[in-house]
Amino acid sequence: MRRPAAGEGTPVKPSAFEYEAPETLGAALDLLAELGDEAKVLAGGQSLIPMLALRLTAFEHLVDIGPLAELQGIERRNGHLRIGAGTVDRIVGRDAQVAASVPLLTKVTPLIGHFQIRNRGTIGGSIAHADPAAEYPTVALVLDAELEVASASATRVVPAAEFFMSTWTTSMEGDEVLVAIRFPVWSGRCGFGVEELARRHGDFALTGAVCGVETADSGEVRRCAIGLLGMDSTPIRAPAAEAALVGSTPSPDDLLEIGRLAVEDADPPADLHASSEYRRRVGAEMVRRALRQALEETAS
Amino acid sequence: MTERAVSMTVNGERRHGTVEPRKTLADFLREDCSLTGTHLGCEHGVCGACTVMLDGSAVRSCLMFAVQAHGHEVTTVEGLAGPDNELNAVQSAFRTEHGLQCGFCTPGFVVSATALLQENPNPSDDDIREGLSGNLCRCTGYQGILRAVRAAAQSMAAQSMASDSVGVSVD
Repeated sequence: MRRPAAGEGTPVKPSAFEYEAPETLGAALDLLAELGDEAKVLAGGQSLIPMLALRLTAFEHLVDIGPLAELQGIERRNGHLRIGAGTVDRIVGRDAQVAASVPLLTKVTPLIGHFQIRNRGTIGGSIAHADPAAEYPTVALVLDAELEVASASATRVVPAAEFFMSTWTTSMEGDEVLVAIRFPVWSGRCGFGVEELARRHGDFALTGAVCGVETADSGEVRRCAIGLLGMDSTPIRAPAAEAALVGSTPSPDDLLEIGRLAVEDADPPADLHASSEYRRRVGAEMVRRALRQALEETAS
Repeated sequence: MTERAVSMTVNGERRHGTVEPRKTLADFLREDCSLTGTHLGCEHGVCGACTVMLDGSAVRSCLMFAVQAHGHEVTTVEGLAGPDNELNAVQSAFRTEHGLQCGFCTPGFVVSATALLQENPNPSDDDIREGLSGNLCRCTGYQGILRAVRAAAQSMAAQSMASDSVGVSVD
């Protein structure tokens, strides 16, 4: 590509926008209320900026919430771990409290992009971006996380099950900001597993599974949560497979069957990397492996 | 759109500029600071050629706007060498271990590897592969690069051991 000489004007990839850097969350919410659909929230920018560069999307205003201290922090509060939406992936992946309380987050973080991406990308940004193949949205759905969402006029708590509407679309309004995510803390004999298939390390997965199980001392499954990524227009749960596993002491062959059951109702996309049928078959295997991993962890 | 004044420290020097908000940090470094060591390959976060350090952490400079770096500290590949232009351990290992051929991807690899070794001075081969997985090379192949990072880790360890033993003898 030819670069122009000095004075010729310099090429830029995204279309023009006004940059707003409010100093408080309140100021950011006021701006969003005022600007309406012309504005987009910018957090870590690791998904939004490529989309702007490719001109898949364009906005009149970007409201940068990345520097806001109010969106930082990780704390344990009545049975859940509350993580500020602006917390970068690197911190989530390394935090000792996260590892002890919500180990699934610690397990999935290394699978997100590359370390350079995780240095900028935020947990709230990933969840609000709602890519159906992304890890944090799937974990939020699997653990029945609660999402604290604020606008200039109100604050509400949205269950993850009511948050993801479609690809890159959530139930948040344009003037709302995801402030924090509350992850329930599982106790007892718990285990967690994650398995993904990606063409290259760090790519979005073609398909993957994220699971949590809790067992009795006998090995009988008391609680089970199965999530699939890359298998539909949003991350999805597999309620029939979860119900089939609860109350059983599954053999390895049973897990194969549970895997098949888990993908039965999915509507996997087809693209040049994988057909729907391929995703379904691999997705079932991902569920089997993630469950095996989770069950092994309960026994250790 | 409204241009914005930005000010940041780049390789220890204060830099000021007035930029369109849509100008990436990479373009600011190359065009406004004339630091063309930071290369642009894909410009959407895949290839890693534009990797720089922001406040000591490796980031993609094509996935940040210059306005977002306002008030921060940036280190580019030009800022890695010592005061007498003495190559840092990673740079010199890339030379001795043939970690580059055409050199286009090299600035990104060198910055990523430098960041990797700062955080993990004694990486396994798997750690190195993982640490470099966000950088693409289309000609040299990765074996020489892997060797270079391994060699850099060893030379940094030897150096720190040497300076430790100096410390002991002073005590």
